[in-house]
This record gives sequence, C-alpha cells and structure tokens, in this order.
Amino acid sequence: MDAENIPQTLPRMSATFDPHSLAEIRRAAATGIYDIRGGGTKRKLPHFDDLLFLGASVSRYPLEGYREKCATDVWLGTRFAKKPIHLKIPVTIAGMSFGALSGQAKEALGRGATIAGTSTTTGDGGMTPEERGQSETLVYQYLPSRYGMNPDDLRKADAIEVVVGQGAKPGGGGMLLGQKISDRVAAMRNLPMGIDQRSACRHPDWTGPDDLEIKIEELREITDWEKPIYVKVGATRPYYDVALAVKSGADVVVLDGMQGGTAATQDVFIEHVGIPILAAIRPAVQALQDLGMHRKVQLIVSGGIRNGADVAKALALGADAVAIGTAALVALGDNDPVHEAEYQAMGTTAGAYDDWHEGRDPAGITTQDPALASRLDPVVAGRRLANYLSVLTLEAQTIARACGKSHLHNLEPEDLVALSIEAAAMARVPLAGTDWIPGGQGL
Amino acid sequence: MHVVDLATTTRRELNQQLHALAADTNDTHWRIDNPEGQHALVAGLDAPVTVEIMGHAGYYCAGMNKLATVIIGGNAGVGVAENMMSGTVHVKGDASQSAGATAHGGLLIIDGDASARCGISMKGVDIVVKGSIGPMSAFMAQSGTIVVLGDAGEALGDSIYEARLFVRGEVKSLGSDCIEKEMRPEHKQGLRKLLQDAGVSEEVSVDEFRRYGSARQLYNFHVDNAAAY
Repeated sequence: MDAENIPQTLPRMSATFDPHSLAEIRRAAATGIYDIRGGGTKRKLPHFDDLLFLGASVSRYPLEGYREKCATDVWLGTRFAKKPIHLKIPVTIAGMSFGALSGQAKEALGRGATIAGTSTTTGDGGMTPEERGQSETLVYQYLPSRYGMNPDDLRKADAIEVVVGQGAKPGGGGMLLGQKISDRVAAMRNLPMGIDQRSACRHPDWTGPDDLEIKIEELREITDWEKPIYVKVGATRPYYDVALAVKSGADVVVLDGMQGGTAATQDVFIEHVGIPILAAIRPAVQALQDLGMHRKVQLIVSGGIRNGADVAKALALGADAVAIGTAALVALGDNDPVHEAEYQAMGTTAGAYDDWHEGRDPAGITTQDPALASRLDPVVAGRRLANYLSVLTLEAQTIARACGKSHLHNLEPEDLVALSIEAAAMARVPLAGTDWIPGGQGL
Repeated sequence: MHVVDLATTTRRELNQQLHALAADTNDTHWRIDNPEGQHALVAGLDAPVTVEIMGHAGYYCAGMNKLATVIIGGNAGVGVAENMMSGTVHVKGDASQSAGATAHGGLLIIDGDASARCGISMKGVDIVVKGSIGPMSAFMAQSGTIVVLGDAGEALGDSIYEARLFVRGEVKSLGSDCIEKEMRPEHKQGLRKLLQDAGVSEEVSVDEFRRYGSARQLYNFHVDNAAAY
C-alpha cells in the first residue's frame, strides 16, 4: 500500500485529561493558586431528574387538576417554639449574605418571598434593613464568624438558623475577598475595608452536639423560647448529623446537598466534598423516623432545586420544605443572556459566570459596586422571584394531584420510581419497571 | 434588692423576669442565690441593672449582655459574656473556654484564669484577666483589647485583625501573623484606663506589659504566604 494511502490515526483527546483538566493544570502552573469561584458543583450527578412519579391509574385515584384542592402550606418550628412559622408554600429562600449579594438583591429576595408567602434567610454579615423591611418572615443565621450578630436583630428575627455547614463546602468556612468589602460591609463585620474576609469553619464557643444543645438553650432563653431554631448542615453523613441535631434540640433541620451554592470557595472543595441531595434525604428522614420525630422536627432540603418536579420529589422523599438559592438568583436575573456581551468580555458566557467573589456581576446581584448594583430594580426583580415561586408551587401541585394527593405533604416514596440503579439506591425507590431497590437500607 | 432563689425558681422564670425590665426600672439590683452552675443564666439582659450571682455559673452566663452589670461570685463556664454588646461582666473565680467570644463591647473582668480561646473572634470588647489565659486566645480577634496580668498560652493572637493584646507575663508562642509591637504612649494610656476600670491599677504598672497585635501580612491572600495558613 502506498504510504500516502495509509489511514491516519485521528487525534484523540484523553477522557481523563480532558480540556478542562488540562486548562486547570496550566492555570495552576502559571499562578500557583487554586481556583476560587461561586455557585455549587457543576459535575453531573444523580439528581431528581433520575426519578419519575407513577401517577394515578386504576389502582390510584387522581384529583381534578383545576377543581380539587391541593394544599401547599407548611408549619416550621412546632417542636418547642412558642411562635412557629406558617408558610403558604414549602419553598423557602436559602441563606445568602449581604456582602455576597448587593442590598438591592437582598431587598428583591424579601419582596418576592413576601408576595409568595414564604421566608428569606440572612447570611454571614448580619441583618440589613432592606431585607428585614421587605421580608415578612425572616430567618436569622447564626454563623461561626458572628459577623454583625447582635441580640436586637436576634429578637427581630422570626426564626434562628444555627449554621454548622453548607452543601457546597461542608467543613469549610466563608470567604469574601477584598473587592467586595465595601465601607458598609466592613462596618457590619467590624473589619478593615478591602481585606480578604475569611469566616471561621467552627463556632467559637461550642464544639460537638452536647455543647450545641446548651447553645440552643441559650438562644431560646435570650428570645424567651419564641423563635423556632433551625440547624443547618451540609450533606455528608445525614443520618448521624440529623439525629444529633434533633438530640441537640433543633426545631427544624436544614440539609444542603453539594449542588447548593456558595458565594466563593475553592473549586476543588465545591466539586469533591459532600454528597448530592438525592443521596441525603432518605437517611435524614430515616433518622427522624427512628427517633419518632418525622413531621415533628421539620426537614428542609436544598441543593439543585430548579422546578416544581424537584420540589414534589424532595417532599415525596420525606422533606417538609425545600430551600432555593441559585434558582432564586437566576429568577432575579443572574446569568441572564441579556448581559452576554459583558460576560464575554470577562472570558465567560451567560449560564457559566461564577466569579461572584470578584464583584463584577453585570446583573448587579453578586456585587457591592454601586453602579452595577443599581442595575437591579428590587421591585421588578422581586416580582420575577414571586412569579417563579408561584410556578414551582403550581407545578408541584400538578404532580401531587396526578398522584391523588390533597396536600403536597401527602406525596410519598411509594409514588416514585428511579431511572437508574444509582438513583434507585440513593432515593431508596425501585428501579422503574422492577421491584428492586439496590443497596438495602444502609446509612 | 430583688432576690431570686434558683432552688425554688426556674432559670426560665428568672430570665423572663429580667427581660421584662424596662430601661428605667427601679428594680436595679438583683441577687441570684443557688445558681448551681446552671447554663444561660441572665443571658440576653438589656437594662442598666446589677445582677449578683452567688456562686458558680454554667455555659454562656450573661451571653449577649447589654447595659447590665453582672457579677459572678464563683467560676464561669464556657462562653461567659459571649457576644456581649455593652455593660460589665465580672467573674470572681476562673473562666472556662471562649470567655468573651465574639463580644462587641463592654468590659469583661476575670479575677482568676481564663481557659483556651479567651477573646476568640472578639469585635470590640475589653477583657482584663488577672490570672493567665489558655492557648489559642484572641484567635481571629477583630477589635477590642485583652489585658493579661499573668501568662498567655500557645498561639496567642493567631490570624488576629485589629485587636490589641497586652500581656504582663510570658507568652508561650505567638500565632500566625501576630507579632510583638512597640508600646507607645497612647497604648500605655489606654492600658492604664483599663487597669483602673478593673481595679488593679495600684497593683501593677503599665511598664510591666508588652503589646502584641497583627503584622497584617495575611490580610489579603498571597500564594507566598500559603505556608502560614
């Protein structure tokens, strides 16, 4: 055969050393520093898309879609608090700080949540008047840094969330780089302006569940046992963490999967620590059931909730409510293609922009730059969030009625099947078309 | 004087009575008998009253205190005066870990020793310890002052921000980014005032103290400092 007619071996890219990995090696070699970014994990994971509802048929009786009631309300904090919270919908807004977000964005979250009848949550850095003023129901986070923490704001809150960890970085603290430490942010956190602010990963005055129990007692004493106390954990060992939170006296447990976002953390942390929310819900519910506390201590789950189907699936697996963060920011206008030219100028594209720590967000949400922040109209953005929350609820109701449920909380694992063996094992529901639940009842 | 006996009154009732006080209350002096080391005693006060606890207190005594003066006759458990905003807390005995943690203001006086993490993440409080303090004290201390008449344990002031530390005795070791600093007249003046407030200005001289604070080398992340973290 002529040499010129021999077929050439085509260039083949390595599946292991893929273009992203190669670029990261080169970037690390050039800079000597890891990549920091915002958001949650971007890898493909078993998720709610891997589950399907069975719907009613001969053996189950559906409810009429536009005629018969399917309730959506939820009570949170009924275990010990004198004033538990009653929300119209089981979708809450997750904790996000003023500092990470602009004042306008916090106000918009408050406006949207209030229209929809749900709660918002503060973050590292304390409570702002914008958020308290616009949020009918506000959860005050109690974090390791205690930035901006004071008893007056504690008493103004409707609930208190003791943050042990979050799904994007279980075991890690916070980070707010100098670019976003404006005068106002610095003053609220008692820090010099322009420095990198690293929040501690452990609480300064308690260690372990026995101490946490006493800390919760103190918070209850200070607020005269009025406020529900939540404990938020990142999803890692959900059975034990939820059991210990209950033992410590929590009214509500918030469980955040690795798809949950962060304002800024090392990419390696976001992508390699923690477990997907799909794998965390059933062990958490089992812990509550084993203690006889399911529905008595409420479970809020978060991490990758995008639509009403995700809401319905999380509730069917045993959660009492869900929390949204990333999706709420997208509803406000984050990563909107309308800003594509500006994203391109920063070397990224709409949908992929995650350098939230740099404070250059063209949507005016993850920034402290007054000019950028002023681009976000809190009234308009709040309306968009309210619309989105309404759609989440309507979609979840649509599914629940099809399954014959008169309340979203009546959805149950028996309504679900899985499309993959992984999802079947994690969600502990049968692989579709079989009665096989792989993996048994392990923790 | 208003006397509450915790042998016959619950902690919850006591704290609620104190929380119900108006800013201009005439019930300005309270005595708490039989505290028996209970937790969260007199936490969350918000009135200019004086409360004397006649014995030992458990965790978080006088937590988040505002305006009140709290005197603990014995020892105090973990997190005494944590997140205090204003007022005075005086421990006649020793204090456990995390004394004055994250406190924003006011004065915490400890007549005995304080254990590990004294003044951790403090945000403006003044702390005077007449004995010694344990390891990792003033970790990530943001602002305010710690005065120690005795010694300081390992890793004093690790990752400290703008807090000022004055130690009369030995410092076992300094934490990352914490260095000894010059004692200038304004520092001596502030220290003298705190010693007076704590009632020990006759016993010790400001000249016996050394000052420690932040080298400010870790304020913005730089890869060349990675080994310091």
